[in-house]
Amino acid sequence: MHQERGANRAMPDAATQLDIYRRMIRIERNDDATIRTIKQGRLQMPYYSARGQEVIPSAVSVNLNPDDTICTIYRGIHDMVAKGVPLRPLWAEIAGRVTGTCKGKGGPMHITHPESGVMVTTGIVGSSMPIANGLAWAAKLDGSRRVTVAYFGDGASNIGAFHESLNLASLWKLPVIFVCQNNRYAEHSRFDKCTAVDRVAKRAGSYDMPGETVDGNDPFEMYAAAREAIERARDGGGPTLIEAITFRFLGHVFGDDDKYMDKAEKAAAMARDPIPAFRARLLESGVATEQGLADMHKDITAEVEDAMQFALGSEFPSVDELRRDVFATEIAL
Amino acid sequence: MSAPTTKMNALQAVNAAIAEAMAADPKVILLGEDVADPEGGGVVGTTRGLSTRFGDDRVKSTPISEQAIIGAAIGAALGGYRPIAEIMLMNFTTIAMDMIVNHAAKLRFMSGGQSQVPITIHMLTGAGASTAGQHADHLEAWFAHTAGLKVVAPSCPADYKGLMLSCIADPDPCIFIESMRTLFVPEDVPDDQGPIELGRANIIQEGNDVTIVAYSGMVITAREAVKKLAEEGISAELIDLRTVAPWDRDCVLASVRKTGRAVLVHEAVRSFGVGAEIAATIHEALFGLLKGPVRRLGAPYSPVPFSKPLENAFLVQPDAVVAAVLSVMG
Ligand SMILES: Cc1ncc(C[n+]2csc(CCOP(=O)(O)OP(=O)(O)O)c2C)c(N)n1
Ligand SMILES: [Mg+2]
Repeated sequence: MHQERGANRAMPDAATQLDIYRRMIRIERNDDATIRTIKQGRLQMPYYSARGQEVIPSAVSVNLNPDDTICTIYRGIHDMVAKGVPLRPLWAEIAGRVTGTCKGKGGPMHITHPESGVMVTTGIVGSSMPIANGLAWAAKLDGSRRVTVAYFGDGASNIGAFHESLNLASLWKLPVIFVCQNNRYAEHSRFDKCTAVDRVAKRAGSYDMPGETVDGNDPFEMYAAAREAIERARDGGGPTLIEAITFRFLGHVFGDDDKYMDKAEKAAAMARDPIPAFRARLLESGVATEQGLADMHKDITAEVEDAMQFALGSEFPSVDELRRDVFATEIAL
Repeated sequence: MSAPTTKMNALQAVNAAIAEAMAADPKVILLGEDVADPEGGGVVGTTRGLSTRFGDDRVKSTPISEQAIIGAAIGAALGGYRPIAEIMLMNFTTIAMDMIVNHAAKLRFMSGGQSQVPITIHMLTGAGASTAGQHADHLEAWFAHTAGLKVVAPSCPADYKGLMLSCIADPDPCIFIESMRTLFVPEDVPDDQGPIELGRANIIQEGNDVTIVAYSGMVITAREAVKKLAEEGISAELIDLRTVAPWDRDCVLASVRKTGRAVLVHEAVRSFGVGAEIAATIHEALFGLLKGPVRRLGAPYSPVPFSKPLENAFLVQPDAVVAAVLSVMG
């Protein structure tokens, strides 16, 4: 059921376009500050930047409600920011502080913030999907219209959990949307060298669910695909697989070199930076003004700076935390 | 006048516990391979009748997808439910290890206490049924070694019921082990059998000369040994651990303090087993009071074999328990 793109697809209105863009800038400003702070030696953490992938969760999240849930992965801070995790506790978590979302016990690869619907962030490739199914099952049992989004990478589509999850989701008609952020690499392995199909979305056919490949750097395409999938899920129509083609500008992990990449391929991908492209489009169509965007940029930069200061000024957790939260009640084993 | 009882085997006791929990709490749901009635209500009938009584939405047969089963249980738990996931046999948990060990066990801690995963994963296992190396392992030490999992291994129908009720109600993930050898023996279960606290051992028989600690199927073996020892004039105290993690240190240490001797018995391979942990704890706490070395009995360092004589040699026999006790009686 490889979907054809129809002419009359959902279009984001002006306010929604600005909303998507604002989320993208929050992600980008946040990423920029994170890298700066790591370089200054003030943050010690493995950092999986999603620079270049900002459109995907932003265009998805404008279609989600606060009580819709997501499960994401180690490269997922963009997904969390887009879903609405407040920056102060987010920063405190990546800094390992007790004021963090998880009291500093999860860290950047494992941020959880149920209040904003971020239920699980996993460091295990492929593991966002089986759990997303369960959240969707709960929503269905509740008789609610909540949906769950599972984010994962191209590499994760080769792990068994992906296939088990798509099969079960389709069989049980679960309100779940599988969003594959195909950034063309899994660590240092190029997509086509480890994947037997040229499009992850084709795999939806094996599980009899709609699947579509979209330009994950195009906010309009991404919005339309996400909106249709989310509405279908809310209406009881079951799951969708969306493959969003994108690129990660900063390699696998901070400090990565790019020896494994084809130089021309990288240059071409970098030339398609989604942020200036969307900005130009907003200005050209009159949805935004230079001044408006400059103000937005300034406000968000200040918000990120505040979050960073808050985090670095917070206390570390006490060692008692090692015994807490292992079980609901402290048990000395 | 004793309280009214009903004769039932362990499977019926588990079934009764799940039914009771499902009737009391609409958030209790069940999933697993073949668990619904059209598929037979479980491979040995543990869940028979439940889908008919509680509906197809709450009792769901699944594809053969262990990761998807445990993942769905975890997600539903995060969504406010109390799922019971059946993994047909303990060896098949290996397929779902990521979901169990990296996720179910750790989400509470790694989320700083925000997430809870009140799931019960129940499974059959045990040697003795000629199923060989991939259908009979006792892997409880693996799970007990993972912070965040509770591991329960009952030996008699009343405990199966009481402990299953507690696992379902528990706010944390529980591994519930059903030992093949204990499943089909009917015993009286009090009609009002309620939850049995996790982490509480049961002193099956009091004694003064030696403490024997066993759990799961090995309680049957240990009972026979205790009888034989009595014939030889040795008074053994038999403790059924019931919960492997967290295990009842207070009960075991109090008993060994009294007897001065301990023999630990499990079906799992002896090396790096639960017995080693208990032995080390006893030595650390009671070194000066011991009248002999703590002995551990378990399977030899071998996969579960097929051929009958090998399988018999693999399983600890009552005579081996007797011999171990005699060796420490001095
Ligand atoms: C099960 C598992 N195997 C291996 C790893 C190590 N690892 C971390 S990220 C990664 C690449 C995953 O690539 P992809 O799914 O495309 O996501 P991306 O990092 O590109 O966003 C690997 C192999 C892991 N975390 N989990
Ligand atoms: Mg990738």
